[in-house]
Order: sequence, then structure tokens, then C-alpha cells
Amino acid sequence: MNKQKMSVVITAAITTIIIIVGFTLLMPVIGPRFLHPIMMGNESAPVDLDTSTSRLSDEGVFQVSWSSDPANVPQNQIHTWTLHVETSDGQPVENASILVEGEMPQHGHGLPTNPQVTEYLGNGDYLVEGMRFQMTGFWEVKFVINSGEQSDSVTFNLNIE
Amino acid sequence: MIKRKFILIFGAVLLAIVISLWMIFQPTKWTDDEIITLRNLWIGSIPALPPDPSNVYADDPQAALLGQKLFFDTRFSSNNEVSCATCHKPELMFTDGLPLSIGVGTTDRKSMTIIGTAYSPWQFWDGRKDSQWAQALAPLESVVEHGGTRMQYAHLITNHYQEDYETIFGPLPDFSDPARFPAIAGPVDDPEALTAWEGMTATDRDLVTQVFVNMGKAIAAYERLILPAPSRFDRFVEALLNNDEQTMKSAMTSEEVAGLKLFIGRADCIQCHNGPLFTNNDFHNTGVPTRSGLPLDSGRAAGVIKVLNDEFNCLSQWSDADAEEQDCSELRFVVSEGEQLEAAFKPSTLRNIAETAPYMHAGQFATLEEVLRHYNHPPLSPAGHNELEPLGLTNREIGQIIAFLHTLSGGVNAPPELLKAP
Repeated sequence: MNKQKMSVVITAAITTIIIIVGFTLLMPVIGPRFLHPIMMGNESAPVDLDTSTSRLSDEGVFQVSWSSDPANVPQNQIHTWTLHVETSDGQPVENASILVEGEMPQHGHGLPTNPQVTEYLGNGDYLVEGMRFQMTGFWEVKFVINSGEQSDSVTFNLNIE
Repeated sequence: MIKRKFILIFGAVLLAIVISLWMIFQPTKWTDDEIITLRNLWIGSIPALPPDPSNVYADDPQAALLGQKLFFDTRFSSNNEVSCATCHKPELMFTDGLPLSIGVGTTDRKSMTIIGTAYSPWQFWDGRKDSQWAQALAPLESVVEHGGTRMQYAHLITNHYQEDYETIFGPLPDFSDPARFPAIAGPVDDPEALTAWEGMTATDRDLVTQVFVNMGKAIAAYERLILPAPSRFDRFVEALLNNDEQTMKSAMTSEEVAGLKLFIGRADCIQCHNGPLFTNNDFHNTGVPTRSGLPLDSGRAAGVIKVLNDEFNCLSQWSDADAEEQDCSELRFVVSEGEQLEAAFKPSTLRNIAETAPYMHAGQFATLEEVLRHYNHPPLSPAGHNELEPLGLTNREIGQIIAFLHTLSGGVNAPPELLKAP
């Protein structure tokens, strides 16, 4: 009886040692990623991210949409956007002054360029030159629009892959 | 009883071994996101050579041949000993293996590779030039690099390359009147050469500068042809995209694959070293220490002011670009101020990085291991704010990333005759 108990204790002790030693040896192989998801790095974009390219501005003044040339936003390549601005009842907004800002909220930095609206193309369309995204991930692009009578801003989310 | 105990222990040990082996040898799984990232790094994703609207001779084969001759010609220096190839040696992946490059004197930066620079909107560590041709001209008039002057070079072109030059660029001006065109003159640090330059008429100076600019454009036409060749990493990704596990295994070892996984994952190298050239062509402060004996280097903060005021930038009279046609957009929409520019430098391409030691803008680190240790425990930056966060990598993981970096050595993709003096 006593002997049997002893053998169980010894076996348990040896198994524990093997597991501890094995785990220590394995750590560099598997990495700490199984311990806690936060140690994975590379935080991903919010799951419910609204990446629609047409949105009502913050105060509901303008309906704004964007498209890029090339159509798929490229990484690391300077390119242009066309911004379409209309009033909430669908009238194109003419000759507004528009400021462009880009930010990577999870990294706390902006675009590598200083994009600007360089031309009014007519029919509520504006040419945005100098867009460039230098990193993959979740970006915010904000436009501050001043039509002369009214002013409002709109922020688009996009995920650069 | 003893036998049972033995069997139990033996069983536990066996189980531990089997689990360990399974952990080590199970093939690395890649998520869809990771595969997209890998495809973006793959050399097959490299776009067609972008046009250089500032240089109408960029794709002229005769200009490239003249450029190649100039690249290797040591007569274009103050001591007849320095050419572009002095610091950009083809056999060293177009770098020189030195912490600080040595021309006529010693510079305060490490030479960057030429390979793939046609894809870069900004040249030099601080991006103080915005085209390959404007870059090529700067060392020619640097007092510590070639040490010469544009007037001297215009005479050399007349004496040795007149026919080549005229075939491409049209008639050379007549520089034979020493009263109008002295032997040595240019807007350089040397006071004698500068005085001679200022003594010339504006029209004559422009005649000389035009020849100088065309030299740069010819050298750029040559440099555009120097591109990176596929490496083992590229073979691996191509096999991954084709689900070809056999080739994947032969292309990269499990240690290298583990390093790749860290590179695009927890080590976050991918933030700056992305795209098929492994650089985002932006400028980042990574807290690299100032090299002893050198003054504090403000990097991009000074570089951006230089490029905006550069006599050879994309918007200058010497450029062939047309700002009305949306050319020069990098320069027109450049970020010119902000703390993030302070002590920020361009991430160098990582293709062939194992072959191009030492590392960083003044060769501060001799080995990749020193670089990785710096990134693992980033210090305070000598100026501005260090963007890096501690990585918490183990020694083994650092070794894996270094092993992966060695898989990026693929050499140069250019005909062999371009890799030596013509």
C-alpha cells in the first residue's frame, strides 16, 4: 500500500518535471503567442470597422464619397483620389475648400505625404493629389469641407492590404 | 512494481518527445492575411519600372551606355582615382562595405546600394534628392567624394565623350575659350572654384550646367537597369502561392521560415520594410545612435529642406517633368515639417542585406545581430522621438530573423556586361 502510494507520487513528480522541462524547451519554438493574444503584436483593425466609401459628414451637412485611381488603393505608391461632395439632399457642392488629413490611429502617425485638393472637376467632384499609404493596416482619412455657407468634416476608414 | 513505474516514466518521456517533435516539425501554417503580406513582399509583385518624367533620356539605351562609362570613369574626380563605382562596387551589391564611404575624403554617411533605386521617390538616407539623376550629380561636386567641378567635367566630356554625348543630347557647346570657360569652376565648397564659377556669365554657367545635368541623366539611365534578382525567399513565396510544399521546403529551412513569421508578425519589421523592395520609402526615427566623431545628424528634417531648394529637383528648370501633368507629386505634396522628420532616415531595402554590412546611415552596426539587438531594446533617440517599441525577442528568435534575412540575398538582376566597366 505504502509502496504503491510512493510509486504514484514519484511518477507524478517525474511527469511534472518532464512537462516543465519540455515546456521550457518548447517555448522558443512555439513562442509566447499561446500565452496571451496581446503578445501576438500586429494589432488588427476594429472588427466592426465601417469601410464604406460614401458617408454622411459628422453633422449631416454633406454626403461625401471617394474613389481612388487606381481603383484599389495601392501601398507605397503616390496616387490620386476623386472626392464627390453633395448636400444631404443630393445637390453637388461647388468650389468648396477642402483640407485632407490621414492618420494611422493605432500607430499615432500620419501620411508620409501632405495631400491636397488641387482642382475642382465640376459636378461636385474634387481632385485629391498626393495620397500615399506607407504601411498596411487601418487608416483614417479625414476631409474638412467648407462650402462657403457651411462647414463640416467626414472621416473614412480604410484597410490597406 | 518497478517495471510498471518504468513503463509509466518511459511512456511520459516518449509522449513529451513526440509532442516536441510534432511541434517542431509541423509545417508552418499561414493565414490568408499573412499570405497577402507575403505576396506583397514577393519579387513577382514588383511593378513595371516607373517612368521618370524628370528625365526624358531615362529609357534611352545609348544614354545608359554612356552612363555606364561615366559610372566607372575615375577621371571624373579631383585626383583621377574616384568614380561612382568606388563607393558603389558591383561585386558588393553596389555598396562599399565601409561604415563611412571614402572618396577623395571621408563622408559622414554609409553608401546606399544602387539596386532598385529607380523605384525610390527619394534618394540618399535623408531623401535630399528626388531622382536618380539629381542624386548622381551630388557626389561629383562633393568635396569629400569626387571632389571635382562641373566645369572640369564639361571639359572631360568634350575631350573623351563628345561623340557619345552628341548622339544623345545634340551638339556640345564650344568650351575651348579659357577666358569664358576656366579649367575648374563650379558652385562647390572650394573657394577658388567657386570664385571662378561666379566670374562666369549666367549664360555660360547654364551651358556648363546643361552638360552636367545630361551626365546625371545618362548615369540614371544606366542605374535604372540595376534591379534586384529573385532570392530563396521569392522561390519560397512562389511555391507557397502554388501550394508546392516540396519546393517550399527546399527554398527555406524551418528556422528561416520561423524568422519570416516573426518578421511579418511580432517583430513588426513589416511596418517599414514592406513591398517587394522591403522599404516603404518613408523616413523613420529608429533611435540609431550618433556615430562617435560625427555631429548630430538631423536626417530627413534637413533633407526635406534641401530637396525643396535643390537646383536639380523635379520642379527645377533642368527637369523634364511637367507639374501641370501631375508630375513631381512626391515633391509637391511632401511633408516638410514636423517632429517625426527629426533624425528620421529612409529604411534601406533588405534585399541582399546580408551582403551589405555594415548597417545604418553611418555604419553604426557591424552585424545584423547588432541591428536586431538595437531593435529589440530600442534606446532613446539622439534627437526627436524613437518610433520603436521593445520587441521582447529571445536570442533564438533574433537568430531566426537573421537566418530569414539571409534568404533575401539574390544578387543583381542585370546583364553581366552592365556589372563592370564597359
